[in-house]
Amino acid sequence: MVKQVDARGFSCPQPVIMARNAIKEGEFPVELLVETVTSRENVRRASEKMGCTVEVEEVGDEFKLILTK
Amino acid sequence: MSERLTRFFASRWGIVLAGAVIGVLAPLLQAAGNPPNMGICVACFERDIAGALGLHRAAVVQYIRPEIIGFVLGALIAAYLFGEFKARAGSAPIVRFVLGMFAMIGALAFLGCPWRALLRLTGGDLNAIIGLAGLAVGITIGVQFLKSGYNLGRSRQTHNAVGWIMPALMIGLLLLRIFAPKVGESGAVFFSEAGPGSMYAPLLISLGAGLIIGFFAQRTRFCTMGSIRDVILMGDTHLISGLGALVVVAFAMNLILGQVNVGLFGQPVSHSQHLWNFLGMSLSGLAFALAGGCPGRQLFLSGEGDGDAAVFVLGMITGAGLSHNFAAAGVPDNVAAGLVGGISPYGMGAVMLGLVVCVVIGLTMRD
Repeated sequence: MVKQVDARGFSCPQPVIMARNAIKEGEFPVELLVETVTSRENVRRASEKMGCTVEVEEVGDEFKLILTK
Repeated sequence: MSERLTRFFASRWGIVLAGAVIGVLAPLLQAAGNPPNMGICVACFERDIAGALGLHRAAVVQYIRPEIIGFVLGALIAAYLFGEFKARAGSAPIVRFVLGMFAMIGALAFLGCPWRALLRLTGGDLNAIIGLAGLAVGITIGVQFLKSGYNLGRSRQTHNAVGWIMPALMIGLLLLRIFAPKVGESGAVFFSEAGPGSMYAPLLISLGAGLIIGFFAQRTRFCTMGSIRDVILMGDTHLISGLGALVVVAFAMNLILGQVNVGLFGQPVSHSQHLWNFLGMSLSGLAFALAGGCPGRQLFLSGEGDGDAAVFVLGMITGAGLSHNFAAAGVPDNVAAGLVGGISPYGMGAVMLGLVVCVVIGLTMRD
C-alpha cells in the first residue's frame, strides 16, 4: 500500500512539514504531490537529508515525488 | 540546460550567490544615493511608495522606489524564462492582508525590514542586533504554531491574469515614477524634498539592481524569514547560508565604501529605544512566519504568479499608510537635540494589538 500525501496548493514550509511527518511514520514508499518547482526542490532536499531516495515524475504541470528508504 | 541551472540555483552555492549579489548591490545603491544603511529596505521602500501615492502624508518618506518594481518584474522574468510562472490564489487572502499590515507596523516601529536590519548591522548600527533578536523570537513563536498544525489552507491554480495583477500594478508605478504627474496643486504624486524619501539612486540603477536581485531571488527562493525558520524548524542551514553571504559581503562592501560607523545612539534612520525595537521586529517576524515569507520573498512570489503573496504586499502598503497616519512609526534619534527616538504610545498600542492578532490567527487557523 503506497502512502499518498497531497501537498498541492500549500506553500512552503507546509509540503516539507507534510513530507517530514510522512517519513517519520516510517512506511515506504511515500507518494507526495506538489505543484511548484519550489516545493519540489524543498521537499527533495529535506527528504534526502532524512536519508530518503527521491524520484520525481512530472504529471501535467505538477510533480509526483516518490520517497523510499 | 534550464534544468541544470535550476539545480544549481537550488544548491547551496546558488543561494550563497544570491546573498552575495544582494550584499554587493545594496551598499552600492546607498553609495549611489539611497539613504544611509538603507541601500535596500523592502518595508521602508513600500512605505515610501505608500507616501508617494498619498496613502500617508509624512513628507520625508515619499518616493516611488524602483527597486520594489524591479523585485517583482525581475522575478516575473525569471519565472517565465524557467517556465515557473503559475497563477495561483485563494489561500486565506484576507488573513494575509492583515498579516501584511501588522508586519509593516512592526517593521516601521523598528525602522526596517529584516533586509535592512542586516544592512544596518553591516553598517555598524548595533540596534540592529536587538531587532534581529526580536525577529528570531517572533519567528520562533511562528514555528511553534507551524509545528502544531497552523496553516493558511490551499491555494488553487487560476487564470494567468490573476498572477499578472501585481506585475501590472508595478508597471503602473514605474510609469508614475517616470512621468511624475501632479494631480492639482496639493495632489499626488508626492516626492519628498527632504529626508530619506529625497535620497535615491538614479532611476535606471535602482531599477536595474532591483531586476537583478528579483531574478536571482526568484531562482534561489532567497528569504530572510525562511532562513531563520528552517534552522529552528528542522536544523536546515540551506537558506541561512545565503543570509550569511549577504552579511559578509555587505560588510566588506561597506568597509570599502567607507560606510561603516559603529554605535548605538544616533545611527542613521534608527532609534535606540531597545524594547520597542525588539517587540516591533518580534511582531514582524511572527507575521512573516505565519504568512510564509519575508517582505522580499512576498514580492518575488507576487512576480511568479502568487496572488496571495500579492495581497500580503498590498496589506504591507496599507499598513504603512495606517502606521504613519496613526503616528505609530518609529522616530529616529535626534543627535542635535540629544534625544532618543522611538515610538509613540499609539505605536506601542499598535504593536501590542498586532502581537495579539497574530497569536489569535496562529491559534485558530489549524487543522
